[in-house]
Order: sequence, then structure tokens, then C-alpha cells
Amino acid sequence: MISFTLNGQAMKVDVDPDTPLLWILRDEIGLTGTKFGCGIGMCGACTVHIGGRATRSCITSMGVVEGADVMTIEGLDPAGAHPVQLAWAALQTPQCGYCQSGQIMQAVALLNDFPSPTDQDIDAVMSGNLCRCMTYTRIRAAIKKASASMGTR
Amino acid sequence: MVKRIAIGLLLLVAVGLAGFFALAWRPAKARIEPPNASAFAPSLVAEGEKLAGAGDCAVCHTVKGGQPFAGGLAIPTTFGIVYSSNITPDAETGIGSWSEKAFRRAMHEGVARDGSHLFPVFPYTHFTEATDGDVAALYAFLMTRKPVSAPPRDSTLPFPLNIRALQEGWKLLFFRAGRFSPDDQRQPDWNRGAYLAEGLGHCGACHTPRNALGAEETHQAYAGALVDNQMAPPLTDANYAPVPWSEAELFSYLRTGTSRFHGSARGQMAEVVHEGLSKLPDADIHALAVYFAEIGKTASHSQQIAAASLRASDADRLDLLQADEPGARLYNAACASCHYNAPGMPNEHRPELADVTLVNAPDPVELIRTILQGRHAQMPAFARGLDDSDIAEIAAYLRKSRTTSAPWPHLDQDVARIRAADDADASRAP
Repeated sequence: MISFTLNGQAMKVDVDPDTPLLWILRDEIGLTGTKFGCGIGMCGACTVHIGGRATRSCITSMGVVEGADVMTIEGLDPAGAHPVQLAWAALQTPQCGYCQSGQIMQAVALLNDFPSPTDQDIDAVMSGNLCRCMTYTRIRAAIKKASASMGTR
Repeated sequence: MVKRIAIGLLLLVAVGLAGFFALAWRPAKARIEPPNASAFAPSLVAEGEKLAGAGDCAVCHTVKGGQPFAGGLAIPTTFGIVYSSNITPDAETGIGSWSEKAFRRAMHEGVARDGSHLFPVFPYTHFTEATDGDVAALYAFLMTRKPVSAPPRDSTLPFPLNIRALQEGWKLLFFRAGRFSPDDQRQPDWNRGAYLAEGLGHCGACHTPRNALGAEETHQAYAGALVDNQMAPPLTDANYAPVPWSEAELFSYLRTGTSRFHGSARGQMAEVVHEGLSKLPDADIHALAVYFAEIGKTASHSQQIAAASLRASDADRLDLLQADEPGARLYNAACASCHYNAPGMPNEHRPELADVTLVNAPDPVELIRTILQGRHAQMPAFARGLDDSDIAEIAAYLRKSRTTSAPWPHLDQDVARIRAADDADASRAP
């Protein structure tokens, strides 16, 4: 039995410790906001927060989640109105949208460390999150917009 | 004439052997009935629990997922595999029939209750420093654990190394029994740290290189060693961390398992911190930090810390400029999304890779293993996502972009070897 906290709620799941977290999130718990992309930790679509840090859930096994604090896109804000989500919507950042929950989770983690990131900071931190629709320039703009609105909160 | 000389020589050998075995002989201590738990004061048991943490007893004397202190863990040595013994108070297979005197002799002299010599893989060479009072507390703690019936396993040491009496020869060469004597010129916390580190903590058992006969090279104390294919880095100022250690970072590392400049403990050291040292109060961890701060001569390096840390975060800014390098592309995709920090403010859970010991070490084993296995609750394992050549590319790229040290030769083979060894370990686990 593996216990962890998911979006603020205590969870217990009875699974093989080698099972990837992403499977549990999507197939067992039914939180499908987190997406399966490459499955080998190279695209960023499955990004969630573990202990506040952006982590690829497809290669994170349940065994290492024991006792940890996990947050998915569903946990950012009950109404989907986290400043980063609002900035994303305002600038219509997504195109097809598949990678975007991973992009948003990575961006939220980025803003925790760099409240006012430079272009270079954004590129360095976001480069592991791929977008085949090439929404990168809007992602960068949305991060800056979110940064501005979070600074004035 | 020749015959006489031959007989004389034979006699001499016989007398010598007889003399040696007489020297090696130790009396058995009488068996006792396992004492009742109520025979021990709770405060003594509690003190023993702390000291068992300092000595990390559970880590070697417990199989992964097995009953605590029931032994059976395979400990590879240069000479063969030795299995840890059952130190629960089971009368037949554990130490239930051992009197406190017998236990003290084992700790101080490396001799079992039945009079046989223990192999020095049991670090009595360090435990001999422990005071009688601390040994009594440990005894009280162990004798109040749940008895588990688990027969000891024979070692795979080849003949004649498996003859325990021969250990007397090893002891004559390398072992001096005796309690720790504090240095009056030093502060109490230094002395406490030295007592814990040299005695029960047996830090040198991993961090001091060993000679061909498996004894610690005392003139090279804490110079670092490879143990079971794991790196125990030097604790002297030969340590290769680019940001010098400080007393504060030593405390953080030994208390929490992570240091913002040096990364987190892995493998056996993680067990030492989380399963052993976690039982000790802050004051003892502080004492250890004081002691190792002096061994590492950290005071003379303290001015370099801030500058070294800034250099590290600068290196991290250059990755995107290296996009024509396959290693950089892999790094950006797999690693950079987490391993970033605001300049000069490394987060202890994702240290600057330019800072961490394993990127700067002469041997890539720890870096490779970290990429393969990840870190518990900190970093995912990339064993399935990255193949051997990917991992070799990333390791080579980190070495080149983050350090001024020579490239590691034959990384490809190293990754394959370590992956195979880890897979074999995993398939052996219960």
C-alpha cells in the first residue's frame, strides 16, 4: 500500500511500486488532465509537481512517491483560475492543447523560483517541454503575463 | 643430518602452530537464559536505540524488507561474501544466550560468545572505542527487540580464509583494542564527534581505503574509497566538491540527507542518514559536523563558497547555446526542466550539477547510478527512458560543461556494467 498526498487529499493505492505515477493518476484515480506523451521523460506532457518541483510522472514510479506531496493540473486552483491558467487563457496560448497542462505545471514551478524570469530563464527551464504546434512564443508571453499578475497580487 | 634438520624444522612449525592456536584461543562465555525485557531500564533501552542508530546496526543486520536485526544481508568483500549475523535475542540463532560480558567482548575484541573470532567486516576495530556504558545500553536495546529465529549463513570465504582462528594473525597485525580517549585540548563537541565517528559510527569503514588484507590504511584516514561499487568520497580536503564543505552544510547533510551545494545522500549513505543518524539528537549531529569540518579543513576554504556557487549556476545558463551537441539536447530534454536555480541560490532538492560531488568525482559510478535509479522522492529513474549511450552522452556532457576535470574514459562500458550489476541486484532482492 502506497500513501501519498494528491492535490491536498490523502491517497492510498495498492499497486506494484514500479507502476508509473501517471498510470495511477489517469487510469486509477481518473485525473486525466495530465497527459501521456513520450513515456520516457523526454517531452514534458506528463509534468506534475512532487514536493513542489516539476517532475515527469511517466517515469516516476509509485515506490518513490510514498509519503510525497503530489499536485496535478487539477490541483492548481478549484476553478481553474490560477494566475498562470488565467494568463494562458487570456493569450489563447494553446493550439491543440495536448502538451499544455505539462507546460502550465512547468511554468508554475518556474515562477516559484524565478518570480520575474528573463527570456533566458524561461528558455532554460521550459526547454524540456515540447510543443509540436510551436506555441513557444505564446508560452513565453503567458509566463511573463502571469509573472506580472502574480507580482501585483 | 638432513633428516635431523627436517625433523627440527617440523618440530619448530608444530610448536609455532600450537603457539599460534594457543594465542588465538578464546574461552567460550557461558550461555545464559535470554533476559526478560523488564530487566532493563527503559531509559537505558532508549539510549541504546540512539546508539544503535549511530552505529547503523540495522542497516547491515537486516535484509531489505526482512525482520529488523535478524541478519542475513550479503556483504561482498574482496575475499568472498560474508552474511551478517542475527543480533535479535533469539536463544538459538541470535544473541539471546549472550551475557552482557560476551556482548562486550564481541564489541571490544571481535570475539563471539562461543570464543570464535569474528571477521572484521563486523567493525569491532571501531566499536572497541565505545565505552562500557554505551555497550551496556546497546545490549539493553538489542536484548529487548523481538527475537527472530534466523540461522546464520556460512560465508563464501575460501579455505583457509574461513578458518576463524587465523583472524588472530590479522588482529596481531591490524587491531589494537582500547577505549576512546578524549583530547583535553579540544572542545567537548569535537570530542563527542570524534568518539561517535571513530567508534560506533565507524565512518572510516567506508571512507578510509583498505589495504590488500582488508584493513583500513590508518595513515590515509578518510581519503575515500570505492566500496561495493559505490563511491565513499574523501572527507579530507582532498574532497572534490567545487564548493568547499562547511560545518553548516555537513550538519544539513548528516541531519536531512541533503545539502544545497552538494546534493543528496544515495545508497548506503542514505541509509546511514535516514535509518541511522536520524535516531541521534541535533547535538550529536552537530558534534559530527564539527569533527568532520576539521578533518576537511573547511575553515580555510570558507571564503570560496559564494564564488564557487555562482560559477556553478553560470554553467547552467549555457546549455541552450550547446544545442548542436547531442549530450546537451538530451540534457535539455531530460534534466534541465528540474535542474535550474536562481543564481547563487541552489535549491537543496535539485543542486547545481556543477556543484555536486558525483559530477566532479574521478569515477562516474555515482552519476551513472543516479541517472539510472533516480533518488527517492526527489528524482525519477531514467533506466527505462534512456539507453546506455544516452546516459553516457549526458554524463560526458555534464563533465565537459560543468567541470574542468578530465573526461571519463569508456563511459559506454561503465553504464552497461553498472546497469547489468544493478539489474542483477534487483533480481536477487526478495
